[in-house]
Amino acid sequence: MTYTCQILLTIQSVFESATVEAEKVNALTFRFIIAGSFIFLLVVGLLIYVSVKFRAKPDAEPIQVRRNKKAEVAMIGIPFLMVAFFFYLTIKTMEATEPPVQNQKPDIIIVGHQWWWEARYPVKNVVTANEIHIPVQKKVLLQLNSGDVIHDWWVPSFGPKMDMVPGINNYLWLYIRKPGIYEGTCSEFCGVQHAWMRIRVIAQDTGDFQRWLTAEAMPALQPITGPARSGRTIFMGLTCAGCHTIKGTVAMGRAGPDLTHLASRETLLSGKMENTDENLEKWLSHPQKIKPGAHMPDFIFNKDTITALVAYLHTLQ
Amino acid sequence: MGPVRLPRPQSELPNLNVSNDQGLLQWISTVDHKQIGVMYLLFSVLFLCIGGLAALLFRIQLALPNNNFLGPEMFNQLFTMHGTTMIFFVLTPAILGFSVYFTPLMIGANEMAFPRLNAFSLWIAFFGALLLYFSFLNGGAPDGGWFNYAPLNEKQYASGNGIDYYCIGLLLGGIGTTSTAINLIVTILKCRAKTMDMRHLPVFVWMVLVNSFLILAAFPAINAALCMLLLDRQLQAHFFDPSMGGSPLLWQHLFWLFGHPEVYILILPSFGILSEVFQVFSRKPIFGYKLLVGSGIVIALLAFGVWMHHMFAAGLGITINGFFSASSLLIGVATGVKIFSWIATMWGGSLRFTTAMMFACAFLVEFTIGGLSGISFAIVPIDWQLTDTYYVVAHIHYVFIGGSLFGLLAGLFYWFPKMSGRMIPERNGKIFFWLFVIGFNMTFLVQHALGAMGMSRRVYTYPDIPGYGTLNFISTCGAFIMGMSVLYLLYLLMKNKRHGKEAPGDPWDAYTLEWMTTSPPALKNFGALPPVFSERPFRDLKTERLGKKNIN
Repeated sequence: MTYTCQILLTIQSVFESATVEAEKVNALTFRFIIAGSFIFLLVVGLLIYVSVKFRAKPDAEPIQVRRNKKAEVAMIGIPFLMVAFFFYLTIKTMEATEPPVQNQKPDIIIVGHQWWWEARYPVKNVVTANEIHIPVQKKVLLQLNSGDVIHDWWVPSFGPKMDMVPGINNYLWLYIRKPGIYEGTCSEFCGVQHAWMRIRVIAQDTGDFQRWLTAEAMPALQPITGPARSGRTIFMGLTCAGCHTIKGTVAMGRAGPDLTHLASRETLLSGKMENTDENLEKWLSHPQKIKPGAHMPDFIFNKDTITALVAYLHTLQ
Repeated sequence: MGPVRLPRPQSELPNLNVSNDQGLLQWISTVDHKQIGVMYLLFSVLFLCIGGLAALLFRIQLALPNNNFLGPEMFNQLFTMHGTTMIFFVLTPAILGFSVYFTPLMIGANEMAFPRLNAFSLWIAFFGALLLYFSFLNGGAPDGGWFNYAPLNEKQYASGNGIDYYCIGLLLGGIGTTSTAINLIVTILKCRAKTMDMRHLPVFVWMVLVNSFLILAAFPAINAALCMLLLDRQLQAHFFDPSMGGSPLLWQHLFWLFGHPEVYILILPSFGILSEVFQVFSRKPIFGYKLLVGSGIVIALLAFGVWMHHMFAAGLGITINGFFSASSLLIGVATGVKIFSWIATMWGGSLRFTTAMMFACAFLVEFTIGGLSGISFAIVPIDWQLTDTYYVVAHIHYVFIGGSLFGLLAGLFYWFPKMSGRMIPERNGKIFFWLFVIGFNMTFLVQHALGAMGMSRRVYTYPDIPGYGTLNFISTCGAFIMGMSVLYLLYLLMKNKRHGKEAPGDPWDAYTLEWMTTSPPALKNFGALPPVFSERPFRDLKTERLGKKNIN
């Protein structure tokens, strides 16, 4: 029993509204749940009543009623009034949560890729991946794009989701109430690893967010230790640099996630695993086993190469 | 254009020199609408087993968090094939099977208008299904989901042959469905008993007629889309490829312009079946005949103005979303009318709870759940939250199973004595009923909660988030109960087809013309027909014989 209660308390769902937008959507959802329950109970209640009351009586054909105008008017009229009411609420809530963007510049541009998230902060020219920092107590405009197929941005406790369609700019407003970590996921089937395209939003108050943004804008630190330096040489010499960017180095690839501050992130591979040296090692030795279908091919690295690469990536605070 | 002349099978069809005792050859070469109807149903059952097996496999994969039973590639192929199979090669042949079997019988005709076209439709759809499955032997099945969004369906992202098989398989299926629709329309309009007015068509036949027009209008959209996709994939046409100026949203428009009417195509005949079942087992005429038929027509017309509610999260703007929200909400009114009309049919009746009637009553509950979750998708902000999650998965299954399939199962238990000449013992029927209802609700009710808890659909696995594991495990157990109940149904059908108690011509004291024939009906359905002056001609005949005054 206590176990069940514990689980119920920790469950994340669309009903915990972390943003102003989600609060508005949920106010509508609760009204719908009340109306829907009423209709459901009405149907079930009538069915039970009819089933008990009118059980078969042998040899007496019941009165052959064909229609009843009053009942027909009620059947059409009452549901019609109900849906008209909800249509009104729908329009009102849409206008309140997602007003047209006009010419406003987005605060954050999020791009869906097979199978990771890229986040750009135009103000400071910062690019990061998978763990997305958003300031709280501020109305933020997200611009959503796609680098390949259709993806969908969805953090349940933030309210509306929005598709990321290649070639189209979509927008979403967010006013997050409290700092915290919010989980979400890609919600449009986007290929083999759709399951491991999880979103991690780190909502911070303005001070923390600005500090993070300033740190993120810095180029990568120069490695000091031996293994890390040889790791950097390997990284720049092999194909790694062709797909990944590490600011302040010659690595400027755009196909894979930006790794400039990889070591400051908590997870790897869009929420697939924790960011530890062992996990990084596992990933580098056999990407296609860890996340089959991912666009990082299986390289045949020897043990020393992997250790050096991990040592280098570890320095990218 | 001269007057339409319809071939009559007895005199004008080529004699195939195949007699009734030649087994398989006789079935394969038949143009008899009853045999074709039965083969449609067998076609449906075969693919129900295959599509169901796919579902059980991926439910095992989803039973536990971070499971490794199936890899992502296999999982994606299986869920795609499950959806595609169940919609195009299970529910579609099942509704067509009942339609071609019972439409001629219910309107006092001896055959479909075009018997050979009827056989052609069946076989081309069947070979379409086989071709779709052949993909497994040629590099892998399609893996883009049943609605197969662009640009994931383009060669660049799906380099195997699976999607090509999807296009050609569905095109062939679509040709079969369209030609059956033409056949049914002509049959209903031209082959009715002489005295049968359109106002006296049984509700089932009305729904088949409306449905056939719906098919004719909806299928061109998907056929066009499939051809365009084939051109894209084989000849680099770039209709849907954004990197070359194509539009991925165009695919969504074309697909859902077909796809949403398709949902109604799969349920309108079930509405018809249920209308027959409710009146016979309530011993009352259907309540609000005109209202029921009219709301069916309204649903069919509205069906073409609601497709963008599948795209509320695509960023189309408040005006467009508002329009499609309003049209989708109106569907709720038209469907609600039907639910209440059926309850009103039962009101004051003399109810017999046969297995068919049990399915009809369970339909009212399950379909109300599916309908209400459907209305939540018409309310745009709720759709923004819940679209593309397990809540949608639950919703479509409550509509397709709780709606279409429950109606079809009611029809199966209602018409099995007519089709086979044997009865299914009520006790066994009810065991199947309870197994199926429990399994079904156990599988899908919890999925509403999973969706609200943030589980998006089509994921091959999920992290160990509190609640996910437990609910998914319950869902998988339910799926296995459903699987077992389907096996039990097959056993019941086979056993009673051979050893069941012989069925009289009219075991249910029913109302429509098909029950006037022997069970099963002879090759030539009818000798003489009674005059028809209501939608219950057989009841009129029976009450007349009993010397009762016809109340209506």
